[in-house]
Amino acid sequence: MASNPGKPETTYPSVRELSLQSDVAGLNLQKIRERIIEFSLFLAALSSIAITLGIVGILLYESEQFFTHVSIVEFLTDTEWTVLFANPRYGIMPLVTGTLVTSITALVVALPLGTIIAIYLSEYADHRLREILKPVLEMLSAVPTVVFGYFALLFLTPLLQKFLPALPGFNMLSAGIVIGIMIIPYISSLSEDAINAVPVTIREGSYAMGATRLQTALRVLIPSAFSGIASAYVLGFSRAVGETMIVAIAAGQQPNLTLNPMEGAATITTFIVQVSLGDLPHGSIAYQSIFAAGLMLMLMTLAFNIGGYFLRKKFREIYE
Amino acid sequence: MIEDLERNTARRERRDALFAMVGLLATFVGMITLGALILDLAVDGVGRLSFNFFTSFPSRFADRAGILSAWVGTTAVMVVTAATAVPMGIAAGVYLEEYAPKNWITAIIEINIANLAGVPSIIYGLMALGLFVYQLGLGQSILTAGLTLALLILPIVIVATRESIRAIPNSIREAAYALGATKWRTIRDHVLPYSTGGILTGVIIALSRAIGETAPLITIGALTFIAFLPGSPITSEFPFISLDWLMSPFTVMPIQMFNWVSRPQQEFHLNAAATGLVLMVMTLCMNAVAIYFRYRFRKRIKW
Repeated sequence: MASNPGKPETTYPSVRELSLQSDVAGLNLQKIRERIIEFSLFLAALSSIAITLGIVGILLYESEQFFTHVSIVEFLTDTEWTVLFANPRYGIMPLVTGTLVTSITALVVALPLGTIIAIYLSEYADHRLREILKPVLEMLSAVPTVVFGYFALLFLTPLLQKFLPALPGFNMLSAGIVIGIMIIPYISSLSEDAINAVPVTIREGSYAMGATRLQTALRVLIPSAFSGIASAYVLGFSRAVGETMIVAIAAGQQPNLTLNPMEGAATITTFIVQVSLGDLPHGSIAYQSIFAAGLMLMLMTLAFNIGGYFLRKKFREIYE
Repeated sequence: MIEDLERNTARRERRDALFAMVGLLATFVGMITLGALILDLAVDGVGRLSFNFFTSFPSRFADRAGILSAWVGTTAVMVVTAATAVPMGIAAGVYLEEYAPKNWITAIIEINIANLAGVPSIIYGLMALGLFVYQLGLGQSILTAGLTLALLILPIVIVATRESIRAIPNSIREAAYALGATKWRTIRDHVLPYSTGGILTGVIIALSRAIGETAPLITIGALTFIAFLPGSPITSEFPFISLDWLMSPFTVMPIQMFNWVSRPQQEFHLNAAATGLVLMVMTLCMNAVAIYFRYRFRKRIKW
């Protein structure tokens, strides 16, 4: 904390010198020790930058090798992704559509539920109920994703097949719904924080005009807290885009250029898992292709995060 | 006129009450899913839970297969993860809260930590594959896996440390300084002990997340079929401690579960359910402990 009082140990050296002459050397030693400790703590903090540099460096380095074999145009425009076949084609599009379809399905589930829960918890539920409901809800995001995958494949898919007999065993619908449920706590707790940050006076102003809690929530609180809520949505979406095990288990692992959630498809993350499970020689094009796919994933989440940042800036309401 | 108003009010209040129901229902969707999930795992898996299940290696016969190598692997990886992420995360948190000057380096570190928390876990796996496995030559070992998960949970530990340190009032620090304590003594003897509760909560939550992580470990090339244990950390010869286990190949419980659930045979699905049940019990217990700590420390300390 920058505002801490300076260096107390040197504030009154004369007093110390008078009483404890020999302490002066000790003080210098102490000062050196303090410096060493501060520097090691600084290094620990700096390590987070090293992690980012490591991630970006490795992704760029391996992708660069990949793009010496495959042109970027082919990567972005080809409609087939058959890296492991005898005649490999390197079009990332099927993986991108798979990722988008599962993530959008997840948002269709999580967005309304998360928002309703946020309004309910902040405006309706009494204190005691909230203290119980919130931790239980947060447990949802603590469940290992591989367990969610099991649930999607062996519980939800058979259940959905009762209503949709045409649904195949591996499909994006069931995976997407389960991802959606998984990200509900992210969306609801961030939206709730945003709603709670709206000053009480604004809420009271609305009540004074005779508005009900629902009207206040929909017409006053949500517009006021929109920047925070929007960034909660974006964060949830970027979670869904990066989700791996649920789709790897429940959505099948076949690249499939489709926008229909009732079909199975591979996502970018599924492809990385699929290749990693096999025994690929280090340095082969297929090995490098997972880094190119990873780079694509990273750029997608980065784009959403930057988008969220600007949303937050643009719609931020500033209260005195 | 008055009737119109009354009717209008009644209609708006009805909608308000209706929303209260909808809100409660929405919350229940989450809880029912959680309940159905646990119940589904329990119904399928509880029959497979036996002493033998914990003491057997995986096998191609579903009814003889167990999770011995998986839970030993999970434990070993978690030891490495905790030993790396906890000191580093706390040190970084202390630096950012107590020492960091307000300059551009600090600003970059802070933005960077926020961004790292949003990076998909599989990306960490790719980084570890390129950097740890091949560039540094650590191989597909317990060490690599532990370090990977440590990097993954580092932002959680840092944020938890910062939040609990921030809650300590400045008067405590000033009192220590007034008695002649140096900055580091103040942190060691006052700031850290008083924020232990919050830090511990964060560490437990972070580790419970690491236990369930699957994707980054698959990416670095963890094997799915391991029928041996890593070397024992304690040996009969001098110096009695061996670190060979760090370089051993491994599998962990979520990967074992993934392997079983990916097989077409029904019997292996039961094994997967049993493994999932063990995983769920572990993560839920850890989270419950964390929530209890948070509640207890929040209640006890009044500044």
